[in-house]
Amino acid sequence: MSDRLPLGKQLLYQALALFIAFAVLFPIAWVVSLSLDPRDISRPTELNLIPPGASLTAYTQVIKQPTNNPVSFAELAFNSFRLAFGVAFASIFVGVLAAYSFSRFEFKGRRALMVSVITVLMLPSVATVAPLFVLLNRINIDIGAIEFNMRNSLWGVGLALTSTQLPFAIWNLKGYLDTIPKDLEEAARIDGADPNQLFVYVTLPLAIPALAVTGFLAFLTGFTEFIMSWQFLSNPKDFTLAMSLWNMTGQFSGDTPWSKFSAMALMVALPVAVVYLVLQRYIVSGLTIGSVK
Amino acid sequence: MANTANDWQEAPSEAQTPFQRWLASTASARAAYGYLVPAFFVMGLITFYPLLFQVWMSFTDYGIANLRFDAPAPNLIGLKNYIDIFTGVLAQKVQNFSFWRLLAFNLFWTFSNVPIHVALGILIAVLLNVKGLWFKKVYRAIYILPIVLPTLVIATVWRNMFDQDSGAINLAMASIGQVFGVAPEVFRIRWMESIEPPLAWLLPGQALPLSYYAMLITNIWLGWPFMTIVATGALQSIPGDLYEAAAIDGASPTQQFFNITLPLIRPAMVPAAMYGIIMTFNLFNLIYMMSGGGPLRKTQIMVTTAYDLVNGQRLYGMAAAFCVIIFFVLLGLTLLTNRFTKATERYDV
Repeated sequence: MSDRLPLGKQLLYQALALFIAFAVLFPIAWVVSLSLDPRDISRPTELNLIPPGASLTAYTQVIKQPTNNPVSFAELAFNSFRLAFGVAFASIFVGVLAAYSFSRFEFKGRRALMVSVITVLMLPSVATVAPLFVLLNRINIDIGAIEFNMRNSLWGVGLALTSTQLPFAIWNLKGYLDTIPKDLEEAARIDGADPNQLFVYVTLPLAIPALAVTGFLAFLTGFTEFIMSWQFLSNPKDFTLAMSLWNMTGQFSGDTPWSKFSAMALMVALPVAVVYLVLQRYIVSGLTIGSVK
Repeated sequence: MANTANDWQEAPSEAQTPFQRWLASTASARAAYGYLVPAFFVMGLITFYPLLFQVWMSFTDYGIANLRFDAPAPNLIGLKNYIDIFTGVLAQKVQNFSFWRLLAFNLFWTFSNVPIHVALGILIAVLLNVKGLWFKKVYRAIYILPIVLPTLVIATVWRNMFDQDSGAINLAMASIGQVFGVAPEVFRIRWMESIEPPLAWLLPGQALPLSYYAMLITNIWLGWPFMTIVATGALQSIPGDLYEAAAIDGASPTQQFFNITLPLIRPAMVPAAMYGIIMTFNLFNLIYMMSGGGPLRKTQIMVTTAYDLVNGQRLYGMAAAFCVIIFFVLLGLTLLTNRFTKATERYDV
C-alpha cells in the first residue's frame, strides 16, 4: 500500500478533520479571548478572538496570587504535580502486575477477583468520600519532626485517589495485554525464560503504549481532581490548582472575574498538555507491529 | 515473586519428592497470585475496608456530631435510611426528591451519551489513522484538548457559553440568524433555567428540560476523545498485512472496516465502553457545575444527589445508604453490560 492519498480524498478528509478541530477549539478560543480581555468584564457581550486592547494583566495577577489565600501559583502547581505523579505511578506499577496475572494465567478465583475489581471500578469517587474521610481522619502520623494528620495531607488525598484509579488501571491494562499476541511469550518460554523474565523482557516493553496511556489518564485524574482534595484539605499550603480554580468560581459566584479565571484555567491546562505531548511518542508508536510474523 | 523464578518449566521426569512435584505443578498458579499480591494489599486497605465501613455507616444516623475521632458512636437505626429513600420520605428534607425519577433520568442520560462517544471515537480514530493524511500530529494534539482540560473548567466555560444574554452559543446563533434576517431576540434562549420542555410541537410527550440538551452537547464534546485514544492504540497494533491481504482479495474499505478493524479493536473498545458507561452514569462535575441538577432536580443524577446529602444536607448515614444503593444499581448495570458484551472472556488470537 502506498503512503500517498489521492488529492480528492485528502481534501475531503482534511475538511472533516478541520471541522472537528474547529468544534474542539471553539470553547478554548472563547476562554483565550476572555483571558486577554483587559476590562475584566463579568459577562462578555461579543464574540472576538483578540479583544480590543488585549493584555496579559490577568496572567500576572494569577501568577502572583490566584485567590485570596496567600499561596502563589507555583506552590499550587507543585502540590498538583506531586499528587498527580504519585497517583499515576502507584496505579500503573501495581496495576500492570495484576493485569498481567489476569491476562496470562489461569488460576482458581481469577474470575471472582476480576469481578471484584470491576465492581470497585464502578464506584464513583463521590461514593467513597465519607468513609475515607472518617477513616483517614483517625490516622495521625508522628515520626520525630514529621507530624501530620493523614486526612489533612496530600498523602491522604493520594491514597484516596489511588483507591479510585487502581481498578481502572488494572482493567485497562488487562484489556491491552489481551491484544498482545502470546506467540512471543511462547517463543521466549521455549527458549527457557521463566515467568518473571517473560513479564519483564517480553510483555512489559510491548505494553509501554498502554502504560503511557493509563498512566497519563491517572495523571489527568490526579491533576484535575477536586472533590476529594476539597473535602480533605484545610491548609491553604496543601491546596491544588483545581481547588483554587474552583475557589475562584465559588468565591465570586454571581460575577466570576472571567479574565482571571480564564487565565488560571489555561495555565492549569498547560502543564498537562505538555506532559501529553512528551508522552505522545510512546502512545503513538505501535510496538507490537512487526514483532510477530 | 522471586521464589517462583526457577520452577516454571521443570518436567517431573527425574526422581522428585512429592513436595517438589507439587511445586512444579503449582508454579503457574503461584506466579499468578504473586503478581496479584501488591494490588490485593493496596485495594484491601484503601478500597475494600472503607467500603465495608460505609455499609455499617448506612445503618446508622451518622451525622456531623459523630465526625471527630473521640466523638460518640452514631445510633444504629436499621433500615430506616433505605426506607426513607425508596418511599420518598426523604422528600420532606430534600425538596423534589424522587428516587425512581432520579434513576430513570440517570439511565437515560447514560445511554443517550455513550453510544455517540464510542461511534465518534472509533470513526475519528480511523480518520486519523489514514495513511498519508496531512497534519496528523496537529490534529492529534488538538483532538486531545477536551480531556486535557479539567472538567471543572469545561463545565464552567460551557455553562457560560450557554448563558442567556452573553453566552457564545446564543451570540453565534444570533449572528448566523442575522444573515437570514432573523431578529436576535429569537436566540435569547434560557438553556439552563427554562422548565418547560423545548420544541413541544416537534417532540410531543418528552419531558426533559433544555439543560439536558445543553449538557448532552457538552458531554459529546468532552467524551469522544477518550474513545479515540483507546481506539488509536488498538488500531496501531493491527498488522498492516491484514488490510493488504484483504485488499488483494477485493474487500472494499467498508468491508475491511467491519471485518478487520472492528473485530480487532473490540477487545480494547469493550472495556473502554464499559468504563464510559460507568463514567457517564457518575458524571459528577459536568452536571453539578452546569445545571446543578436543575431545574427542579430534573437533571439531578445519583452521585450529585449523594454529594448533596453529604455536603449540603450533612446526612452522612443517609448518604452512605444512598451510596450503597448506587453500588447495587451500578452492579446491576455492569452485570447486564458484561453479559451482553462478554467482556470478561479472554481474547485469543
